Amino acid sequence: MIQKFADWLVYNIMNLSPETPIGISVNFFFYDTIKILILLFLISSLMGIINAYFPIEKLRNFLINHKLYGLQYLLASLFGAITPFCSCSSVPLFIGFVKGGIPLGVTFSFLITSPLVNEVAVAMFLGSFGWKITLIYVLSGIILGTVGGFVLGKMGLSRYLSEWVKQIQVDSEQQTAEWEENKIGFFKRLPTIIKESLKIVKGVLIYIIIGIAIGAAMHGYVPEQFFAEYLSADKWWCVPLAVILAVPMYANAAGIVPVIEVFVAKGVPIGTAIAFMMAVVGLSLPEMTMLKKVMTWKLIGIFFGTITICIILSGYLFNLIL
Amino acid sequence: MEIKVLGTGCSKCKATYETVNKVVKENNINATVTKVEDIMEIMKYNVMNMPAIVIDGKVVISGKTPGEKEIKNLLGI
Repeated sequence: MIQKFADWLVYNIMNLSPETPIGISVNFFFYDTIKILILLFLISSLMGIINAYFPIEKLRNFLINHKLYGLQYLLASLFGAITPFCSCSSVPLFIGFVKGGIPLGVTFSFLITSPLVNEVAVAMFLGSFGWKITLIYVLSGIILGTVGGFVLGKMGLSRYLSEWVKQIQVDSEQQTAEWEENKIGFFKRLPTIIKESLKIVKGVLIYIIIGIAIGAAMHGYVPEQFFAEYLSADKWWCVPLAVILAVPMYANAAGIVPVIEVFVAKGVPIGTAIAFMMAVVGLSLPEMTMLKKVMTWKLIGIFFGTITICIILSGYLFNLIL
Repeated sequence: MEIKVLGTGCSKCKATYETVNKVVKENNINATVTKVEDIMEIMKYNVMNMPAIVIDGKVVISGKTPGEKEIKNLLGI
């Protein structure tokens, strides 16, 4: 339906030919923009609903009180995926977990997956690559968190936490904030949630439009062989290079997917693309500075180093099997 | 009344702070509104999900961006 609308708008109203590069580019631009904005709005609303009702304190207590024989990494990672927290919650969550006596590795699982699988990334992937690739992205995000947390947990990193967090860990206690929450019905809360989603859409709108515009231009004008030649799967350095290039692009996560979509359409292997995208959202400089409050630089280095290696490995893996 | 908005500085926390301020001003409520950004200070309240609102030392909201109506409710107006 959206494609029909885009066809009608571009070929009939704007009178561009579907045979010309400009026609292809403009059509791609309208189709992708509309599709992605709708998806982003829907997914943000869904995540907003989950976030408004998700009992994070209960989850923490569950992780504290149950022996799970390794499953706790997977659980923490899963919860990181379905609970959308704004970036400023990551440090309080980290401390809240540590304070409750949850092992550092399990906390890391949560911390790795939470930004990787977020509403913007999922909506953009769904819009650009379809549900199969999105599912692979989400699953690998969860696995990455599980494995990363497990590996980091085995390293015995507690001594590299900053001093006051160590103190908290020593006095760890199972108290949770208790407050009488005034229960607000779903339908009363819904308008606020929808307003929130619109704000998210508005916040990333400009990046999406710029990204899609660049993607659209490339879609129409850059020849197919260009990327296939330089960035194909048999060049081993492509995945690490993609990951390194991705680190400074944090703020533009939304704008980057449409560009990647074109890269993939032009022959860049999907594993390289997924690794790039994970590095964009998972290895962010703002998060690094925020974590400085709870970790020493050494621990931050180990944390990000481990994630980087995991992302690169999964990039190679996907290039091999997809 | 003493109202504190806890949050390390993301857009949601700022929005919450502004809404609280607006409601307090428009309704001539005798209250001091402060924004707490220091993480050590925030953790004293045992909340994990930002933004959070504390009224007279009691956490009333955590992890939600409340609308004006909700804040009015919390303030008892």
